[in-house]
Amino acid sequence: MRHLMSPLDFSVEELEKLFILANEIEKDPDRFKEKCKGKKLATCFYEPSTRTRLSFEAAMINLGGSVIGFSDANSSSAAKGESVSDTIRVISCFADICAMRHPKEGAPMVAASKSSIPVINAGDGGHQHPTQTLTDLLTIRSLRGNIKNFTIGLCGDLKFGRTVHSLINALMRYPGIKFIFISPPELKVPDYITSALVDKGIEYKEVISLEEVMSELDFLYMTRVQRERFFNEEDYVRLKDFYILNKEKMALAKDDMLVLHPLPRVNEISVDVDDDPRAAYFKQVKYGVYVRMALILTLLELV
Amino acid sequence: MLNIGKIEEGFVLDHIKAGKSLQIYHHLGLDKMDSTVAIIRNARSNKMGKKDILKVECDIDMLDLDVLAFIDHNITVNVIKDGEIIDKKELQLPKEIKNIIYCKNPRCITSIEQGLPHIFVLSDEEKEIYRCKYCEEKYSEIKELK
Repeated sequence: MRHLMSPLDFSVEELEKLFILANEIEKDPDRFKEKCKGKKLATCFYEPSTRTRLSFEAAMINLGGSVIGFSDANSSSAAKGESVSDTIRVISCFADICAMRHPKEGAPMVAASKSSIPVINAGDGGHQHPTQTLTDLLTIRSLRGNIKNFTIGLCGDLKFGRTVHSLINALMRYPGIKFIFISPPELKVPDYITSALVDKGIEYKEVISLEEVMSELDFLYMTRVQRERFFNEEDYVRLKDFYILNKEKMALAKDDMLVLHPLPRVNEISVDVDDDPRAAYFKQVKYGVYVRMALILTLLELV
Repeated sequence: MLNIGKIEEGFVLDHIKAGKSLQIYHHLGLDKMDSTVAIIRNARSNKMGKKDILKVECDIDMLDLDVLAFIDHNITVNVIKDGEIIDKKELQLPKEIKNIIYCKNPRCITSIEQGLPHIFVLSDEEKEIYRCKYCEEKYSEIKELK
């Protein structure tokens, strides 16, 4: 039995199989609509996340399975003080697979160590969010045809943004990827990531101005400055509007550059960019469902 | 010159950085054992200038080499039996340590989950960096411990 805690749990070859399956699902969803008949997915969400939870639920329903779960720690036994270890032992008796989101980092790993069903980390604090990374990789692969030889700019909160950290770690395994980190000095990418890039001889640069590097990018990955990651409201207010992607900035980009965003967006991408054919963030949401369908099938060993 | 007698069975920890023997005494849990322990501080050393030495008379299986290696893998461990040195152990940084250091990340699951062991994994042997198994927070006080 396998779990998914980090995008690096799967080798590049295993990911390739997963993405091929996701693309098959995209082409012919009818072929998969009863694959999970009789199976149940438990969505254990200890903190609110409409998007990720609905994506998991849609994925399971598309496969003919059903869904149980909770979407708030207050409506679960956690409010009574139950440990994650105990909760997963109980959930294992009800469901065939579990997607868990928890504000504490490492909680899904603790769950996986006590579980008799596959556990998927659906986000643990500021740590990992592997299915978002799988979504990002599938989007890049599907829209570009492969995952190699491109320059990706990551912009915004690169310090606390877990999706960014996971994506960089995952992309480091592919050839010819160049990184440009665009952030205010306070939200720079952590040292351990840049050290890893240096160790692997991967090209990167850190800049403050988005305009300065716009023309170099094949992908621009925008992120939101998240209020919940700050202990200090003052810092959040000062940094939240540092970058706003708008039509003027898009005019500086290549014709085939693609804009990605893990969503939800607040104001870091102006709505006037939405109609630009290079805006790929809503397509990304669709790929999120396909990749979760492929993941559920893989972990349940139904392929 | 201070003389301390030979021990029959136990171990001698040599080349401890001067002034750190008491920390090691506590980390090895020697304060909880009723063995005879000699703590020698600031002994003269050709190699180090000054060093500390710990002599402990006890069953030789009672020493946790992983804890010792984590604190300082440059310490020499002499194993004594029948009054003679029968082995000199080389210390290597342990790949994983359990409940020796504790994760200080307030966002880590170890901060709320009852009975969960605090496990740190060696993530960079060269730089001696350990990370929490659960949240991957770096433990950066090893140098201070030494």
